[in-house]
Order: sequence, then C-alpha cells, then structure tokens
Amino acid sequence: MNKIVLPPEDARPLNWPEGLTRVPYWVFQDQSVYAEEQRKIFQGPNWHYLALEVELAEPGDFLTTHIGDTPVIVTRDTDNEIYAFENRCAHRGALICLENRGKHRKDFSCVYHAWNYDPQGNLTGVAFKDGIKGKGGMPDSFKMEQHGPRKLRIAIVHGLIFGSFSEDVPSIEEYLGEEILNRIERVLGGRKAVVLGRFTQALPNNWKLYMENVKDSYHASILHLFFTTFELNRLSMKGGIIVDESGGHHVSYSAIDPEAAKDVDYAKQQLRSESEYKLADPTLLESFDEYHDGCTLQILSVFPTFVLQQIQNAIAVRQIVPRAVDRTDLNWTYLGFADDTPEQRLTRIKQGNLVGPAGYISMEDGCVGGFVQRGIAGASEDQAVLEMGGAEANSSESRVTEASVRGFWKAYRANMGI
Amino acid sequence: MYGNSLQYITKAQADYARCIDDDRLEEWPSLFHGPCLYKITTASNYRDGLEAGIVFANSRGMLTDRVSALREANIYERQSYRHILGLPSILSEDGAKVKSETPFMVARILQDGDTSIYATGRYFDVYEIVDGAAQLNERTVVCDSSRIDTLLALPL
Repeated sequence: MNKIVLPPEDARPLNWPEGLTRVPYWVFQDQSVYAEEQRKIFQGPNWHYLALEVELAEPGDFLTTHIGDTPVIVTRDTDNEIYAFENRCAHRGALICLENRGKHRKDFSCVYHAWNYDPQGNLTGVAFKDGIKGKGGMPDSFKMEQHGPRKLRIAIVHGLIFGSFSEDVPSIEEYLGEEILNRIERVLGGRKAVVLGRFTQALPNNWKLYMENVKDSYHASILHLFFTTFELNRLSMKGGIIVDESGGHHVSYSAIDPEAAKDVDYAKQQLRSESEYKLADPTLLESFDEYHDGCTLQILSVFPTFVLQQIQNAIAVRQIVPRAVDRTDLNWTYLGFADDTPEQRLTRIKQGNLVGPAGYISMEDGCVGGFVQRGIAGASEDQAVLEMGGAEANSSESRVTEASVRGFWKAYRANMGI
Repeated sequence: MYGNSLQYITKAQADYARCIDDDRLEEWPSLFHGPCLYKITTASNYRDGLEAGIVFANSRGMLTDRVSALREANIYERQSYRHILGLPSILSEDGAKVKSETPFMVARILQDGDTSIYATGRYFDVYEIVDGAAQLNERTVVCDSSRIDTLLALPL
C-alpha cells in the first residue's frame, strides 16, 4: 500500500554526516544499502534470535525462521542439542522445509530431487546417486560431506536461541555484555516459558525504522496516550536507559513513582496525553508483582533485530525480519510461565491488549514507521535530527533522550563500515 | 427450532456487520449479551490451543474501552471495512444456546482509496435465542492468516 520512490543510485553521498546526531534518509530507501545489510549485518558477526528453547522442547521438534532474507531451519536432534542450518537445498537451492513447525522429524528431504538431510544439516542422501543400471548418476568425485547447507553457530541464553552465520562472532556473553545479560535474566532467568500466542505484524517500512522506534524512549509517552494516561510510563517516572558499549543493545526501564502522578511537566506541554480518558473496565491494568523491583516496564533490544519486552505482566519476544527495503515482518511471541496461576495467566492475556497489531500501545508503532517511510519519499538527500539528550550514545537516568537511537546507528555504522 | 435459529442468527450477523461497516462502533458493545467474550486470534493459534488473542475482551466494559480508545486515544489512519459474510452453520443447539460458525471476508478501505482484502476467517459464536432474536454471548474471530497488515484498529 505504501509505495515509495527509490532514489537514483547516485543520490547516496559517499559519506555519512559527522557525529551520531544525523541520519541520512537514503539509508531507509536505497536497494543497494539493503543488499549490503544482508551481507554485513545479517550474515556478519552478529547473533540473531531464532526461537525459544521451549518451542523445541523434544528431540525431533523443528521450526523454520529467517535471519534477514535467509531462510533457516532450527532443530533439536536426538542428542538433545539445538542445530540450525540454511533452509536451502545444496543441490539447486530450493527450500528444504516448507512447514513453519512440527514434531518427530528424523530427516528433511527436498521435494525437488529428494536430496536428504539429517536434523544437523548434513547431506545424507542423493536420489539416484549411483544412477540406474550403471548409467547416469553423480561422478565418483562427488562427496556428500562436501555438500550441504551452511550451518549456524548456536548460543542459548535463558531459553532464547540465537544463531550466527559468522565464525568471527564473539561468545554470546561477550556480545551482550553483563548489563544486558542481567536484564534478560531478570525477565526469563530460571523459569520455564510457555508460548501463549504468535502473530505477525506486516510493517510498511524499512526494518531500521522499527528498531529506532523500539529504542526511542522519547516518543513512548507522547505517541502512546495509553502509557501516559494510566501512568504506565511517563518520562518523569523513575527509570533510565542502558546503552551498551557497542551502542547496539539497549534497555529502557521505568518504575511506578507516586510523585510522578502529581508532576506538571505534561500539563505544561499541552500534549494529547492530558485527556480525560478513562477505562470502563480497569481490570485490564491490574497487575501482579512479578519481579519485586518496582519496574513495570523493561524494553530490551539486542542488535540488530531482537526485542524482549516486559510491559506490566505482558511478556513477549519480538523478532524483526526485513522483507524488502520498505517492508518488514514483526513476529510477536506472547509468553507466560509454567508456574503461572490461572489468575496470573488471565492477567497476561488481558494485558496482551496493550501490545501486538491491535495493541493500545503497539498498534501505533505499527503505523508510525510507515508515516516516516512515506514522509521521506523524495527526500533521500535530507536527514533526520537526533539531538534529544545530547550527541552521545551513553546510558542515562533520563529517558528524554535519543541516546539509544544514536547507539543503534553507532553499531550499524560499525557493522556497515560507513 | 433449527430453521428459526438459522434465520435469527443470519439477522444478528447482518446487524453486526452493518454496525461496524457503518462506523457505528459505539453500538458494537451492545450487540453482546450476557457473559461477554470477544477474541480475535489466528487459525494456527486456535488449532494449537494457544490462549492469547490479538484482541481479548471478557467484559462489555472492555469492548467499550476498545471503542473509546479508537475514538480518543489511538493513532491510526482513517479506514473502513466491508464485511462479506458467508452462510452460518449451526454447530450445536442446547435449549436456547446455539453455537454457530460463519465464514467472513473483510475488505479494508483506506482514505486514499486503497481497497484490499484485509482478513478472511470464521466467527465461532455462542448465541442465546430470546424472544425470536439471536443474542450474541461469545464471539471468537479466527483469522485464516497469522499476518496482520500494519495494525488492527477496527473490530472484525
């Protein structure tokens, strides 16, 4: 629906504007940038979220997903280990597995010519390899072990499965750093996750516009009236931003602060958020104290495309999959935990109304990226301004800052070499 | 009874679709009676028995909040739906309680005129037949696809 006009190839200046406070719009529009991202970021030395360990609970369980454009199969083999490999036949490149997920799988066979793979991604059979009646078949020089889809490195963190095509990617602990690891542990550590639902939101914009939005604590209580009116998230609440050293990962968190309810900063700004809006059924927002630290919101992102969310008791992981320069899939997985009481489960399901494609909060994130994508059409030589909270990409107690957005671009440019 | 139930449900379905397509959303909660359940989910979540919805409301108050949020709080581009409903199938009748399944197709019309098939799926409904009318107690909207384009603002 939202067609954009791509800039001509030569519209892209060679240099990025100096510092972290400007982002040229061609980076959201240029087909060659998209292709470079696939190579340098998605095939490069980064960890990419693949699935939840609980989704592959038993040997023989499998699912298919994407890292950037690349289709991937993730399995649990009979040795109980997780494996992942390209969902692309080594023969002629067809998809090996057409299903989204399944169980009891002992092997994968390409429908085109029945080349067969084990759950670890090894080529184990080539139909008519020795020909028929001594005629035809593969030459003697063909060795099955030399052919097979590319295998991924796997790392598991608190039930989250990450994969990487790169041999150069650091360990997941080093990649994430201690602060981010601790914040993942806070939400998921030591508990058995349960999938409550899965949905895909098709976004009419470049994938980076969604990641900017996730990292943008400045917009949260302005665009999303729900957050502010019900004091789920005001910028004046206690909280802060963590930006890791690479800039690529971030956490935004806030805690209920009774004093914040009395503040006048919002009234002064004459924002829409100062409406008389009230809920007819406020049980939507009734929460239970899950983490015993007062934090009612924690949005965490891992470069380049993973988000872990705690909004009250609505826990979800979000996987961002670029589909084209102006098209992105946002995969939501809503979570509960095995030890939830029925009341706690109902609370999570009710608070699911806050997020996802119909979320009182998240529906707006689904369209605002498209507003930018359409707004910047024809303006590929212009640039965005990211000066809120200064020019750096550092952690801070203030969330009236674009520090974590600047951090994303710091990491992006390091990956892309620009 | 069977023939009448089908007739009553058909009328209730037509009224429901017109209410949304005519942008009379304030009346939409009043189409639910008694114990209210309204949920939008996907065929794969429904098949796998996953509980969460894209929308989940277990009270009429939550339906009212949906509408007032759309009118007063949420940001989205103006759009309208056209519901095309298939024939209801009666799944079971237990006294006045009737369960039915009705296929739907919903086109979304954006303000720039762009019209597209936005969702297809089935309504799984529980009706109570009262005084010659089918009153909707529960509606589970099961979308065939798990992909939602941009956002889901208006109810299905």
